[in-house]
Amino acid sequence: MTEDNRKKKFPHKHLLGIEGLEPPSINYLINLSQQFVDELKLSSNKLSFLKNKTCINLFFENSTRTRTSFELAGKKLGADILNISLGSSSIKKGETLIDTAMTLNAMQPNIIVVRHNDAGAVKLLSEKVNCSVINAGDGPHEHPTQALLDALTILRRKKTISGLKVAICGDILHSRVARSNIHLLNTLGAEVRVIAPATLIPNHIENMGVKIFYNMKMGLKEVDIIIMLRLQLERMSGSYVPSIREYFRFYGLDREKLKFAKSDALILHPGPMNRGVEIDSELADDIDRSAIFEQVQMGVAVRMACLKALLE
Amino acid sequence: MEKKIFNLDKKTEKNFALLNANIILPNKELKNSGLLIENKTIKDFGDHVNAKKLNNFEIIDCKGLTIAPGIVDLRVQIREPGQEHKETIKSASKSAVCGGITSFICLPNTNPVIDRPALINSIKRKAREVALAKIFCTGSITRDLKGKEISELQLMHESGALGFTDAIKAVADTRVMRRALTYAKSFDGLIIQHPEEISLSNEGVVNEGEISTRLGLKGIPSYTEAMMIQRDLWLVRETKSKYHASHISTSSAVQIIRQAKDEGLKVTCDTAPPYFVLNELAIENYRTFAKLSPPLRNESDRLAIIEGLKDGTIDAIVSDHTPQDQDAKRLPFNQAEYGAVGLETLLSLSLSLVKTYDLDICKVISLLTNNPAKIIGLRSGEIKKGAKADIIVFDSEKPWKINPEKFYSKSKNTPFDGMLVEGKNLMTFIDGRLVFDIR
Repeated sequence: MTEDNRKKKFPHKHLLGIEGLEPPSINYLINLSQQFVDELKLSSNKLSFLKNKTCINLFFENSTRTRTSFELAGKKLGADILNISLGSSSIKKGETLIDTAMTLNAMQPNIIVVRHNDAGAVKLLSEKVNCSVINAGDGPHEHPTQALLDALTILRRKKTISGLKVAICGDILHSRVARSNIHLLNTLGAEVRVIAPATLIPNHIENMGVKIFYNMKMGLKEVDIIIMLRLQLERMSGSYVPSIREYFRFYGLDREKLKFAKSDALILHPGPMNRGVEIDSELADDIDRSAIFEQVQMGVAVRMACLKALLE
Repeated sequence: MEKKIFNLDKKTEKNFALLNANIILPNKELKNSGLLIENKTIKDFGDHVNAKKLNNFEIIDCKGLTIAPGIVDLRVQIREPGQEHKETIKSASKSAVCGGITSFICLPNTNPVIDRPALINSIKRKAREVALAKIFCTGSITRDLKGKEISELQLMHESGALGFTDAIKAVADTRVMRRALTYAKSFDGLIIQHPEEISLSNEGVVNEGEISTRLGLKGIPSYTEAMMIQRDLWLVRETKSKYHASHISTSSAVQIIRQAKDEGLKVTCDTAPPYFVLNELAIENYRTFAKLSPPLRNESDRLAIIEGLKDGTIDAIVSDHTPQDQDAKRLPFNQAEYGAVGLETLLSLSLSLVKTYDLDICKVISLLTNNPAKIIGLRSGEIKKGAKADIIVFDSEKPWKINPEKFYSKSKNTPFDGMLVEGKNLMTFIDGRLVFDIR
């Protein structure tokens, strides 16, 4: 390591995923986020860490929450923000991902935040640009800032992550949030379980260091944290799951199933929620149990930390 | 007359002492023994049970007769709701207890299809009203048996569905089958397949061979059965789910399942009497009553089925009861419906394995009782102290001629019309209640 790199607290150019990040890097991002949470509380003034820096939010997939969160984070740090929601418009025009990357690169941004519906697409793009890249979700692969904000939320409530029992429930198969969380929580020493019908659990996930439960009550036994995942409606009508009512009956989080978890178990959900499908509406709104809206606040701080860390 | 034969009164509570019988447990045979039924359950049995001190018991001398657990039949089409002109819950129940069947599992191909929990509850309620045989349900694997979207398997499981099957259709789409097997694993559910590679057997009406050619009928290659089982086994290897192949009929299927069991897969299978008693010659003269699905196969297949029963590859014998009315069978062979009734001939035809092919009687009874009960997860099919007294008493020597006109089933479609068989059920007890009696 050069003298320069040693000084750098976050020794990576990009944030493409949690997999492969060392505990010090993760802790650095979380601590920095923590500082921003406090700072945001103290004052609503803009900071100037990223003054005169250009930040492009490049979203190939619809997103409200994550894109807004990154935009707000960038603005709080004083950056100039460009939002590009390609949906699939330029793809329709025949431009390849690499062409898009090269075009944007020519505009000399300092950082690009990318969401894409294909796993690995963000990494491919990062190889073709000179600036830093943050993965804001690539297919069912990774969503690192979501995992970081979940960890921050847990830390603020439980003080530590090491030794906690965490259950991730729902559509594990299609979830990038699940994968990033599994990497992060395992790295920080939690015991991670996944709970879902077998059709929504990918093969060999036990090799990623999780215990599999098909029965939610058994899976929730004695857990400290419950991370509920969204199940998309089109996956619920006879393909992966027979029906909404069957899913809610066996895998929806309600008071009865929650009894099996520790009495102070905390509920997280990356949003957007399907009330009455994966979570009982009343539970989602119970601020003693659910940290769902706190997660959104943490999201901004975490994204500020990631932007700052990469541009330091 | 009928009242004497069937006891439809739910409240009769009597204690019975069945004496001087052969009792098949079925893991062993007790000669010259007695069995006591008290308070709905089996109180005691063995050679120490005799006529002494039996004041509160109605004594039935069973000299020369055999006592066995009631038959558990894994495959019955009851036709109610939807096709009550072919069979009803009541007529099927009578037919079952007449044949020595105390519990049977019905297929979901009713109208409407059993693909949601509500129907299971309504069939169970109706069965309780009739109060003859114990009736259990399987649910469909896919909605409306269409083979596309999986049904509410776990809700049906909770309502008492013992397994899942698309009845007389195979689940053709491999991805759907994989999902069904995977999903069922979540609650250790049993997936039951009618094994047939439909894209090949489509429109076939008989086994493909010399006879199909000579008669000018479209044939179904015999390997279509093994092909589908083979495909499913790849999925079972991956999912490790419980899988059962229904009414297998070919030597290649027996061979493949034998290998799968050696490999340690959770696989079971059954067959039905037509496949070890008859072969494709039975369809000569376009006999539509012998038009079955799967079709009757050739002689070497038939012998392989018997071998499979002998060596334990085949776990159970089922009636494969498929009632069809006259109008559905009195048609040109191509247009006639598939299937045969089987509740009332199951025991006698199975006993022919003892006489003709030297199978042990305990083995044959086991194929009809505790083996199928174990596959489907019922705690019955065995004679044990304290168990519910679901028991039959039959005369294993009694010769009779199969006469469909005398069937209690509403439908008379049997390929065994006029056949001479030996062994007849005389009494059926369900929960200690004598529900059928033709002593």
